[in-house]
Amino acid sequence: MKLTLKIWRQANSKVKGKLFEYSISDVSPDMSFLEMMDVLNEELIQKGDDPIAFDHDCREGICGMCSMFINGQAHGPDRLVTTCQLHMRKFKDGDTITIEPFRANAFPVIKDLVVDRSSFERIQQAGGFISINTSGNTQDANSIPIEKNDADDAFDAATCIGCGACVASCKNASAMLFVSAKVSQYALLPQGKVEATNRVLNMVKQMDEEGFGNCTNTGACEVECPKGISLENIARMNREYLGASIKSK
Amino acid sequence: MKNLNSKVPKGPLADKWTTHKSNINLVSPANKRLIDIIVVGTGLAGASASATLAELGYNVKAFCFQDSPRRAHSIAAQGGINAAKNYQGDGDSTYRLFYDTIKGGDYRSREANVYRLAEVSSNIIDQCVAQGVPFARDYGGLLDNRSFGGVLVSRTFYAKGQTGQQLLLGAYSAMNRQIGRGKIKMYNRHEMMDIVIVDGKARGIISRNLINGNLERHSAHAIVIASGGYGNVFFLSTNAMGSNVSAGWKIHKKGAYFANPCFTQIHPTCIPVSGDHQSKLTLMSESLRNDGRIWVPKNIEDAKAIREGKLIPTEIIEKDRDYYLERRYPAFGNLVPRDVASRAAKERCDAGFGVNKTGEAVYLDFSSAIERYGKEEANVKGLDQNDSSLIKQLGQEVIKSKYGNLFQMYEKIIDQNPYETPMMIYPAVHYTMGGIWVDYNLMTSIPGCYCIGEANFSDHGANRLGASALMQGLADGYFVLPYTIGDYLSGDIRTGRISTETSEFKNAEENIKNQLEKLINNKGKNSVDYFHKKLGNVMWNKCGMSRNEKDLKEAIFEIIKLRQDFHKNINVPGTLDEFNEQLAKAMRVADFLELGELFAKDALARAESCGGHFREEFQTKEGEALRNDKSFNFVSVWEYKGKPSDANLIKERLHYEEIEVKTRSYK
Repeated sequence: MKLTLKIWRQANSKVKGKLFEYSISDVSPDMSFLEMMDVLNEELIQKGDDPIAFDHDCREGICGMCSMFINGQAHGPDRLVTTCQLHMRKFKDGDTITIEPFRANAFPVIKDLVVDRSSFERIQQAGGFISINTSGNTQDANSIPIEKNDADDAFDAATCIGCGACVASCKNASAMLFVSAKVSQYALLPQGKVEATNRVLNMVKQMDEEGFGNCTNTGACEVECPKGISLENIARMNREYLGASIKSK
Repeated sequence: MKNLNSKVPKGPLADKWTTHKSNINLVSPANKRLIDIIVVGTGLAGASASATLAELGYNVKAFCFQDSPRRAHSIAAQGGINAAKNYQGDGDSTYRLFYDTIKGGDYRSREANVYRLAEVSSNIIDQCVAQGVPFARDYGGLLDNRSFGGVLVSRTFYAKGQTGQQLLLGAYSAMNRQIGRGKIKMYNRHEMMDIVIVDGKARGIISRNLINGNLERHSAHAIVIASGGYGNVFFLSTNAMGSNVSAGWKIHKKGAYFANPCFTQIHPTCIPVSGDHQSKLTLMSESLRNDGRIWVPKNIEDAKAIREGKLIPTEIIEKDRDYYLERRYPAFGNLVPRDVASRAAKERCDAGFGVNKTGEAVYLDFSSAIERYGKEEANVKGLDQNDSSLIKQLGQEVIKSKYGNLFQMYEKIIDQNPYETPMMIYPAVHYTMGGIWVDYNLMTSIPGCYCIGEANFSDHGANRLGASALMQGLADGYFVLPYTIGDYLSGDIRTGRISTETSEFKNAEENIKNQLEKLINNKGKNSVDYFHKKLGNVMWNKCGMSRNEKDLKEAIFEIIKLRQDFHKNINVPGTLDEFNEQLAKAMRVADFLELGELFAKDALARAESCGGHFREEFQTKEGEALRNDKSFNFVSVWEYKGKPSDANLIKERLHYEEIEVKTRSYK
């Protein structure tokens, strides 16, 4: 396949960026999107140009490091995959592909397609945990039976990879899907109930401070989420938040 | 030769760890506040260690090259984590887990370390559940288990095909709590460039900020290396793109011994290579072998027809299929250990029975499991067991609930529906059992420098059993290191803060700066990947699934040549003071080019076959590995002497008190 790529180039967070056009040929449909980018970068290096910076690591769709806004969609046109698992067979010979970074005020660009998602880190640090020390003396794992449905729902929420596609897809750049996934996981488990009130209040507070937008329930986040995290989690977080606001002193 | 003391405590095997914990020195809570510890790497081992050390009161500085600790490659572990809980009542025990691990490692691991690992394994599950890790449960609300290769019990705890993710997020959440409290200072997008040794003790590191290129000095009273394995020396592996050996290699060059570098695990169930553009390989969890049956056509003509696209696998009738693992190993069947399964696949493909275009793939078939589960479901629901389309549909639903994400991943990559047609798989480099040598306390041969998780050598011998890597990472980080490090640090309570304004720090930084400048100013003609791919080719073809003297000697020669070529002709674009992935990668590949040579040298020196190390000269008539306990019952411990070819071999003899050393058989 022969493709035209329009790629966002930006040297760092302080300067302005713009789209540059590149063409690439001999793209195999079996290549992953990032392998296509590797080929382009090798060509750029050979020509003495600066290769395009993009985040990636595990390349099997689980680390959440890769991003890219491809043709107006986070992680590209395929559903339930990250960019690293997107394959070139989803494109046609002669296509023009526009590649941009995940855009949000809370995700400043570091270089080209690489953004700073440390705002997600700070939200987790505000309450995304159960306060329990390592001791080796916690109770036996089977002394807390958990209803299978709750365990499965908690697991589904916990599969969020923290990539930020929800934020990039949202017209308000809201982080509600991400935050609600973590809140839900713990809210559904008995171990997490003890500090549920503080958790939701603290995490939402931090989310607001980071400059993420509000949720207007358009649901774009759920559609673009590579892990299929459900909007139900947002509803659950809203319920938790309301309850916690009433209860808190 | 320096003295090699493994510091295994005296006394009966089952009491060693308890006795040792009661006898080692402690640091008081007030003094812990005065002590700094650096942890490099935030996978299961590094994250669990950072969190636990911070909970104890130490000041922790943690480093990872990714943009978040949660992205370390432990996240990609799929199948599960072992623990001797015996929840299934199938005869499991600490001893049995210990025994299976030693046997699985082909009697090349240290007995006392492995016993301790088995002993703390059940604490890990308790700890993780308390943290909110959502393990799979059955309808009674209790934890579910599954079976993994090389064992006859079900002791593997799991969270669908994302166990590593859930465990790492658990450890990461514990870290977050401590970051929030200020007890851990987290350095994301930072890479360790070198260790700093002051008066013979590990006292700090030089790190590089990957966003702006700044070199930074960090001091501490102890350094913990938890940087994972070095499978990427093969270029193609199931490791993450950034996984590297550099932290381990840098401490090796400063005095830490490297043990058994040639012990590499080639995982039998990976998605086959599709072409030259391939950047990495994807694993399909070993748990699939619980339900999948591995086969190739019995007739070579059928295999040829499949390769040419004239025949499809579902058209081959049962009697024309060779379920070679079930044929060769009736007792363990499809659940033989990884090294055995990988070699058997290679044997069939080398003999011409491979089933994809390249001839390097075998089938992993779920049709019998789909039928079996379908009938079970129909029976439970009182439906017609003779309706084959209904059975298939019900069976597929069960398979989906067990392995849904893996099947989806396969379909996305290969563009075939594995519910309808068998998966194609082939072995790929997955894990490195070898690593930095540590004593019983997990301390390297540099005082004050520890090494945990996959980065060390200690627990898996010559072959690791499935679901044991997660166990070891968390055992080291949660339950072993936090005790043993206190014994060393108790001597440091009066040291006070360590200055970074000393000549040791200055020289180390200067040295790194020179290396970086040399790379960026070289402006040669070939990219980093060019050299990395070449190295990978040599490693895979000559130090891969089977090895022989001639190939290994050639490999050493070729790697030395390639290394010289690298330093002469490398082209690193960009500048030193910006986000520059090529530069970071060039530093890592430079280290791989040195490690690769030691790897081949180690494989050459070990003139026996054991576990994942298969020397063609040493095999039985049936093609099984032939171990030589008389001459090679030791850990190969390498001391750095200026360059890999001059490395000095020290032997740590292995003694087994509680276990009878036997020929490993899964027949």
